[in-house]
Amino acid sequence: MSKPAVAISAVDKVFNEGSPDRVDALRGIDLTIEPGEFISLIGPSGCGKSTLLRLIGDLLDPSTGSVAVNGKEAHQARLDRDYGMVFQAATLLEWRSVLKNVELPLEVMGVGKGEREARAREMLDLVQLSDFHEHMPWQLSGGMQQRVAIARALTFEPSLLLMDEPFGALDEMTRERMQAEVLDIWSKTGTTVVFVTHSIPEAVFVSTRVVVMSPRPGRIAGLIDVDLPHPRTVDTREDNRYYDKMTEVREALRGVEGT
Amino acid sequence: MSNSAGGVDVTTFGEDPRPPTSKTQTTPGWLAIRVRRYLPAVAIFIGGLAMWETAVRVFNIQGFLLPKPTEIATTFVDEFPTVVSAGWFTMKEALGGFLIGSVLAMSLALLTARWTIVRDGLMPFAIAINATPIIALAPIMNNWFGVTSPLAKMSIVAVIVFFPVMINMVRGLTEVDESTIELMRSYGATPLQLLTRVRVPNSFPFLFSAFKVGTTLSVIAAIVSEYFGGSREALGIYISQQAALFHFAEAWSAIVVASVFGILFYLVVALVERAVMPWHASIRTITD
Repeated sequence: MSKPAVAISAVDKVFNEGSPDRVDALRGIDLTIEPGEFISLIGPSGCGKSTLLRLIGDLLDPSTGSVAVNGKEAHQARLDRDYGMVFQAATLLEWRSVLKNVELPLEVMGVGKGEREARAREMLDLVQLSDFHEHMPWQLSGGMQQRVAIARALTFEPSLLLMDEPFGALDEMTRERMQAEVLDIWSKTGTTVVFVTHSIPEAVFVSTRVVVMSPRPGRIAGLIDVDLPHPRTVDTREDNRYYDKMTEVREALRGVEGT
Repeated sequence: MSNSAGGVDVTTFGEDPRPPTSKTQTTPGWLAIRVRRYLPAVAIFIGGLAMWETAVRVFNIQGFLLPKPTEIATTFVDEFPTVVSAGWFTMKEALGGFLIGSVLAMSLALLTARWTIVRDGLMPFAIAINATPIIALAPIMNNWFGVTSPLAKMSIVAVIVFFPVMINMVRGLTEVDESTIELMRSYGATPLQLLTRVRVPNSFPFLFSAFKVGTTLSVIAAIVSEYFGGSREALGIYISQQAALFHFAEAWSAIVVASVFGILFYLVVALVERAVMPWHASIRTITD
């Protein structure tokens, strides 16, 4: 009934075109993401998964082909603030309190002080950081900083959340907890998520669909539906179907690495 | 906490933040900690003066080579009104030049953030001039503005302070984390918003390290440029005249005043730094 959240067709991305340093980052990418999906992009280092994420977010332009977000050009979607972005590093502004960091996007958008603060508080409740409003970023652990970054990305209720290895710098325990948390947020908000990772268990646990990418030039080597039931819990990680899916992804990755 | 039926099991968030450092902690050992920290410096200061005094007496060093600390102290007390007012006269030149130089430098740095062509055109020269001994211009400035005019001294100070401040601020405005810029772009932020929300606060640590260098430089520049001639109320003139008359205890008293003013200036800037950016790593590790 609605337009696809993301529609990528025939996209190539070449860096340094016409120079000896030319890099063919992506070739012939076609991908459609429906609203409400939780998509993981997985592949070996340098396969262009972060590049693909940046194309969706209009932080880079495709060399050929087109990227549409919510039926609009990616550029328009960016100006309309259709997506929130979370990076591997939390990239909090170290001179702002937690609350002020979460308010930042709303401040840029010109939202009034009262509403800004109310929205930020609401989001901090959602990521379970209600008691840390006045803390400064350096006073938080890595996992908590990343939760602030997620809250910040959600304050303006984007329909799309772009996450670039958001838990890559966290320890295993924190990482698993954050995966569960981001799924919880996803189910509460109905946001479409595009999630870059290089961890097979992570991709399988969080996603409704895994996009397996080949090494440079990055191509889509396989799409794997992950039909594990929701809500996914600690038990999911011990489910045989979870292991079967991981094997499937692993084999798809092995297939591309050979080429 | 909230486990919605449609969600996943999210129950434990047991991560503790690193304990916030409290600046006003008054534990019983507070005084002991302070004493322990500053005692070595105080001991070395007193010990050094004692050695100096002893050496002059034992080796019978002539007063025109090195006066005794006690002699300097006595002279300092006698000459106190003179040296302090001379010191303040010179300090005003240093402060004035510091302000003029800093304001101009920051304005120009902001322009480079807006027009990169300004930066590309100016930075090589700024770095080159910063590496030249600007104090050598002092006689020329004296000639331009008049030997006794404080403006001549201020302009030397301003030039000396200008370059480190400008170079550092440009660095601070430019050396912003790439993902922070991507983040701001993703919000559709304007260049002006990027400047005010990110680049300017990012430049504060750079700016304050330049200011701190600038405090010392400005006092040095003011005094040294007075050595090339200046008002009779100035500290540099006082020092050179007393030295010419072999009144070395007087000269040393004036040097003490110069260093006290220099240190005070530095401390004031360091305090402002703390107030402006308590979040910065260099500050928060000082508080224990």
